[in-house]
This record gives sequence, structure tokens and C-alpha cells, in this order.
Amino acid sequence: MECKLNMTDDTLTAELDGEIDHHTAKNVREQIDLEIDTQTPKTLILDFSDITFMDSSGIGLIMGRYKKIKSIGGKVKIKNPSPNTYRVLKLAGMDRLAKIEREE
Amino acid sequence: MKTINKFKMQLCAKSTNESFARASVGAFIAQLDPTIEEISDIKTAVSEAVTNCIVHAYKEQNGDIYITVKIFENNKVKIIIRDKGCGIVDIKKAMEPLYTTGGSERAGLGFAVMESFTDKLRVISKVGKGTTVTLFKEIKSK
Repeated sequence: MECKLNMTDDTLTAELDGEIDHHTAKNVREQIDLEIDTQTPKTLILDFSDITFMDSSGIGLIMGRYKKIKSIGGKVKIKNPSPNTYRVLKLAGMDRLAKIEREE
Repeated sequence: MKTINKFKMQLCAKSTNESFARASVGAFIAQLDPTIEEISDIKTAVSEAVTNCIVHAYKEQNGDIYITVKIFENNKVKIIIRDKGCGIVDIKKAMEPLYTTGGSERAGLGFAVMESFTDKLRVISKVGKGTTVTLFKEIKSK
């Protein structure tokens, strides 16, 4: 999985590309955390537009970042999850923790 | 029920194999002409079961995972994922949503996802011997 990070104003956007599972989540987690620590963003956008698969490891990834960004007073947004990814997000109640923006 | 096709694989409990395991099962099921959603459900459930073997059963140490997929008449699929790892002390507890022994980066949703994305889930485990997870799913004809 690829992760492209982009900081504008006080928003950190992580464009994720590929499949999120237990194997791929670790590397991405470290990249995002390093950026949160150095940039202290107010909003973290996790862009799921190019994510083709996600299991519950993705929930762990989001929850961990949610806690981290919340501790510095920020929030998380999830952008464009696929229908399948959205079902995993809903099952985990992620819609209650983060705003999920879906393309029409 | 009559088995009309079968597929067996044995693979190392390495996290790099997670994508290979779910893709292989998905590719085998493809002969039933499933919908994108059905194939996605199966791949997600398999990924959860295989991850459990790696993270919990073998604690990220060496071990083998055994996967059997059987296709029956009427488009019914049975997927058996077995390990010879540590086993589960309390299956009921392990199956509770959000319960995890895997640390802060694990959501504790593996069994909840497997349950939700298949028709039936069966878990048999013996401490010190291993765990067998069986997933059942019917592929509805398009």
C-alpha cells in the first residue's frame, strides 16, 4: 500500500492507495504518526479513493490515528471509501468517530 | 451435500501471505460467478481469519496455516482455516466485538467481521493444539 502525505494549512491529507490489511497497515501507521508529530495538524483526512480492499486492520489504523489526533485537539475525516470498505467502517461504528465523505 | 470442487493450500503464517491467501480463495470462488460484493465479503472474512492465525495463534512466530475451500451443489461454499497455534481459552469472549488481546492497533473486530460477511461461522479451538474457523457462504445466482 502506498501513502502520500500532504500538509496544507492545518490539514494533513493521507492519500492511501492499494489494500489495507495487518501487513500493510504498520508501515502507513508509522508514516502518518511521524507527520502528525512534526506538523500537529487540526484535521487528518484519510483519503480512501484508491483503496481496493480493507479488513478490520484498517479500523485499528483509523482508531489509533483518531486517538492520536484527538489528544492534540484535532479531528479525522474519511474520504471516498468503496462500498465494501464503507460496510466495514459502519460495522465498527466509525461513522460516529469520524466524518465519512462519500462521492455521489 | 455433494462436494463438486475442492482447493487446499498450506502457507507460512507470515503477514506478507495475507493478501495471497484471500486472493487465492477469491480466485477459486470466482468460478461460481459471484457478485463483486460477494467476492469482497469472502476475501474480507478470509483475511480476518488468516490475520488471527498470524497475530494470535502463532504470535507472529513460525507456523503453518491450512486452508481448504469446498464448493457444494447449490453454490454453497465452505472455507476452513486451521492453525496449530496456541488455541483460544475463551471463544465466547474472543468473539465479543471490540475484545482483543492484540494491543492498541487491533480493533477486536475480526470475528464480528467474519460473522457479518458470511452466512455462518463456526469456531473450534483447543488450548495448545490450535483453532479451526469454518466459514459458510452461499453464492446467490446473479
